[in-house]
Amino acid sequence: MSQRVPGFDTLAIHSGAQPDPATGARTTPIYQTTAYVFNDTDHAASLFGLQAFGNIYTRIMNPTQAVLEERLAALEGGTAALAVASGHAAQMIVFHTLMTAGDNFIAARRLYGGSINQFGHSFKNFGWEVRWADVDDPETIASQIDDRTKALFIESFANPAGFVTDIEAMAKIAHDAGIPLIVDNTMASPYLVRPFEHGADIVVHSLTKFLGGHGNSMGGVIVDGGTFDWSASDKYPMLSTPRDEYGGVVLHETFGNFSFAIACRVLGLRDLGPAIAPMNAFLILTGIETLALRMQRHCDNALAVAKHLKDHPKVEWVEYSGLEGHHNNALQKRYSPKGAGSVFTFGVKGGYEAGVKFVEGVEIISHLANIGDTRTLVIHPASTTHRQLTDEQREKAGAGNDVVRLSIGIEDVADIIADIDQALDKTA
Amino acid sequence: MDHDHYSDDYIRSILTSVKSVAIIGASAKQVRPSYFVMKYMMDKGFTVFPINPGHAGGEILGRMTYASLAELPEPVDMVDVFRASAAVPGITDEVLAMEPLPKVVWMQLTVRDDDSAKRLEAAGIDVVMNRCPKIEYGRLSGEIGWSGVNSKTISARRPEVRAGFQSFGIRNK
Repeated sequence: MSQRVPGFDTLAIHSGAQPDPATGARTTPIYQTTAYVFNDTDHAASLFGLQAFGNIYTRIMNPTQAVLEERLAALEGGTAALAVASGHAAQMIVFHTLMTAGDNFIAARRLYGGSINQFGHSFKNFGWEVRWADVDDPETIASQIDDRTKALFIESFANPAGFVTDIEAMAKIAHDAGIPLIVDNTMASPYLVRPFEHGADIVVHSLTKFLGGHGNSMGGVIVDGGTFDWSASDKYPMLSTPRDEYGGVVLHETFGNFSFAIACRVLGLRDLGPAIAPMNAFLILTGIETLALRMQRHCDNALAVAKHLKDHPKVEWVEYSGLEGHHNNALQKRYSPKGAGSVFTFGVKGGYEAGVKFVEGVEIISHLANIGDTRTLVIHPASTTHRQLTDEQREKAGAGNDVVRLSIGIEDVADIIADIDQALDKTA
Repeated sequence: MDHDHYSDDYIRSILTSVKSVAIIGASAKQVRPSYFVMKYMMDKGFTVFPINPGHAGGEILGRMTYASLAELPEPVDMVDVFRASAAVPGITDEVLAMEPLPKVVWMQLTVRDDDSAKRLEAAGIDVVMNRCPKIEYGRLSGEIGWSGVNSKTISARRPEVRAGFQSFGIRNK
C-alpha cells in the first residue's frame, strides 16, 4: 500500500484516521477531553519542549482535531495543517505568525465581506495594515509592495460571484517580492482547486462551508504548503529566529518544511486560543468523507440553475464562471475543470426592490448568511454580508445593491429551479 | 539506489532493524535539532552514542560522548550525520575504516553527498540522505499526525502501541 499514491476520494476517507488503538473504534472517536496524562515528568518536559509528538492540552491539540488536520493536509497536498475554531481564527493566526505592528499585506479587493471587515478594521488594532488590490490588474499589487509587506492574500473562487483567480500569476508576483501567497480555498474546496499545485504557499479554509458541508459546525484550517523558505530573509522572525517561548528553539530549522503549521500552533493557537471543539472536528471529518460526491453535485446543480437563470425573462444578468462566454470562463476551465463551484450571483430585473422580493419569496431555499450547505441558500449581500462596506467597496467586491447570491445545494435540481421560478414570479 | 525518492518499505526496514546509532554532531544544547532527534530515538528504544569532539568525555542525555567514530566502545548498526554536506566525504572515510562496518549511514535533512553514497553502497552499506529519522519514524508510526503533519500513509490496521501513554512504534511488515 505504501508505494501506491491513493486517489483524492480515498484520502478524503482514510487520511489521518487509523482505527483507535485503545478500542478498535473504526470511526475517529470524539476525544472530548481537555488534557492528557503524562507518563512522567521527563515525558511532560519532552512534550512542552516540542521534542516529542503528543498531546498536552486541547487548546493546543486534540486527537480528533489531529485527524482533521492530517486529512486537510493530504487533500490539499500540503505538509501539515492546523485546525482552529473558524475561518476567521485561521486568518488571525496566519497573520499573527507573519506580521508585527507596522507591517502590511496585500489583499484582493474581491473577498468575503467578513474578511474585508477583519482585515480593514480589526487588524488595525494590531498595527497590521491591509492594502487592497485588483487581482485583474496585477500592477496594483506590485506597486503597493514595500519592505514591510509580508504576504499576498487572495481567494481561489472569490466571494460572492465565484470568480476564479489566476493563482499562478499571483504566486509569481508574491515570490518575486520574496513573500508567500496565501489562498483562501473555501469556495472551491480541494476537490475543485488545489492551490499548492499552482504556486500557493499557505492555504486557509472556513471548514464551516463545503468541507463540513452540512451547515452544522464552525471550523477553520491553515494548511502549510511546505515550499516557502522562511529563512531566506529576516522578514519572518517567528520562524527564522530563536524563540524565547521555547528556550531558543528556531522553528524553521527544527521543523523544516512543516514549520509554518507548527509555528501557527505553538505560538499562535497556544497563545491566542481559538481552538476547534472536538465535536466540530468530528462532524467536519464526517462531512469530508463525502466531499467529492457532494462537490460534484453542487457544481452540476449550480450550472443547471445558472443556465436556467440566464434565459429567464425576469433576470437581468448572471455571473457564473461556468457559463460559456462568461468573461471568467477560461480561468475556470484552466483552474477548476470539474466545475465552477456552487456560489454565484445574479440580478433580478427591477433592481434592489425586486431582489428583496425574491429573497423573501423563496419557499425551500433558505434565506441565511452561509454558503456550502447541502441546502440551497440565498442572501442579498448588500443588506447582510457586505452591509458594513461603502457603496464603492460593495461594487468593487461584486456585491452591489441589485446582487442576489445563491449557494446551490444538492437537492433535486428540478425542485431548486421550481422554487426560484415561483419566487421570480412574485418579483413583478 | 534512487536518492531522490525512498520507498516507505526501505525506510521502515532500516528503522525496524537498526538497534544502535552513533549521532555525529550530537549537541548538548536542548534546543538543537540533533538533541531533539537523539532524545526521540532513545525514547523509541535505540541505543545512542553521541559523537562530538567538543563535548567528548561529557554526557548528553546520560550517554557518554565520543570524539570520533574510531573511539566508539562497541559496533553500531547506524551512523546518523548532523554535519554539513561538505563534511560527508571525510566522515565516509571514517565509516569505511570501522570494524565491523555499520549497516546504515543516514544523513539528516539538507545533508547529501552522492559520491560518498556510492562509496558506502559499494561497501554494502545502506544510505539515506536528506531525511530525518525522527520525522520518518513519526511518519511511519503515525505519531507525526498528532501534530497535524501529513504522514502520507493510510492504514486500516491497528497502530503499533509502545509502553506508556502516547507512544507508537513502527509495524514491521
